[in-house]
Amino acid sequence: MSNLQETWVYLSASPLFHLTATLVAFQAATWVFEKSGRNPILNPVLISVLLVVALLTATQTDYATYFEGAQFVHFLLGPATVSLAIPLYRQLYRIRKSALAILVSLLSGSLVAILSAVGVAWVFGGSPEVLASIAPKSVTAPVAMAVAEQLGGLPSLTAVVVIVTGILGAMLGGAVLDLAQVKGWNARGLAMGTASHGIGTARALQLNETAGAFAGLAMGLNALATALLLPILWGLLF
Amino acid sequence: MLPYLTLIFVCQFLGEIVVGLLGLPVPGPMVGMVLLFLYLLIRKGVAQPLGATAETLQKYMSLLFVPAGAGVMLHFRLLGEALVPIGAALLVSTVATILVTGLMMRWLAKGNSDE
Repeated sequence: MSNLQETWVYLSASPLFHLTATLVAFQAATWVFEKSGRNPILNPVLISVLLVVALLTATQTDYATYFEGAQFVHFLLGPATVSLAIPLYRQLYRIRKSALAILVSLLSGSLVAILSAVGVAWVFGGSPEVLASIAPKSVTAPVAMAVAEQLGGLPSLTAVVVIVTGILGAMLGGAVLDLAQVKGWNARGLAMGTASHGIGTARALQLNETAGAFAGLAMGLNALATALLLPILWGLLF
Repeated sequence: MLPYLTLIFVCQFLGEIVVGLLGLPVPGPMVGMVLLFLYLLIRKGVAQPLGATAETLQKYMSLLFVPAGAGVMLHFRLLGEALVPIGAALLVSTVATILVTGLMMRWLAKGNSDE
């Protein structure tokens, strides 16, 4: 019995435990997702996060301890982002053919993302701090956090709303685009990447290579557009 | 596979250096993506093992967001206090952004899509 306890004390503090827990949670979430016939509502990121948070709460583990193990998975986000150059290159002729359309659609989407988030939160009585934290919610976390800080928001709250926005887009994007009868994979990918950064891109990549390439492109361009435009826009609004 | 994984890491590393030196407002991996893209333009093609490496990384991209996503537990209190403004804003804005971007692109790139 004391052996078991010692082993638990040792393992629960080692990076291996939380790394394994992350992988097992994701396998379970993937299994549910596949069993449901890939129903986007049962988003694997969402289910994995719920499982991990439940485990950490049950074992009274703090997030920093968890992250010591999970950082090895987190780290691969960088290389995965770099590797999006490959679908981008393979779709180059499609992108060149509609460069102007991409630019105009992206800028419209970027403005709608910022203005509608801030507008709705303001209507529902969000504090200035909340407004600033959610304004850059559609772009990839490192950019969003830096911009939010510049506007007087809370970067760590921004990190959370960025992830939630990504999951929402991955869950609802397909149905919304179906309803609007947007059928081209280029337009579908561009919309997912603009609204939901990397998580939207991950979802688009599951569906189609063209969609994945356009989503990756939109994620990059929207990060750039938001980083440059949002501080200027903020000066005009407040 | 390892030579190409190394290439990807080198691009990310150089991307971080460029961002640091020029003070760019984007993350290092995104500049790394641009650098790898330039490499592909110069090489005029994607070597098969590089394609396979990229596909492996992208196949499990959802997994890579789980550790950051679990960070939601740090903000249960704050999220609880501002649940309505934040929840409504994220839901409405995400749907609106997808709609506007998708419809604009369908309209502007008419004839260029592959339905």
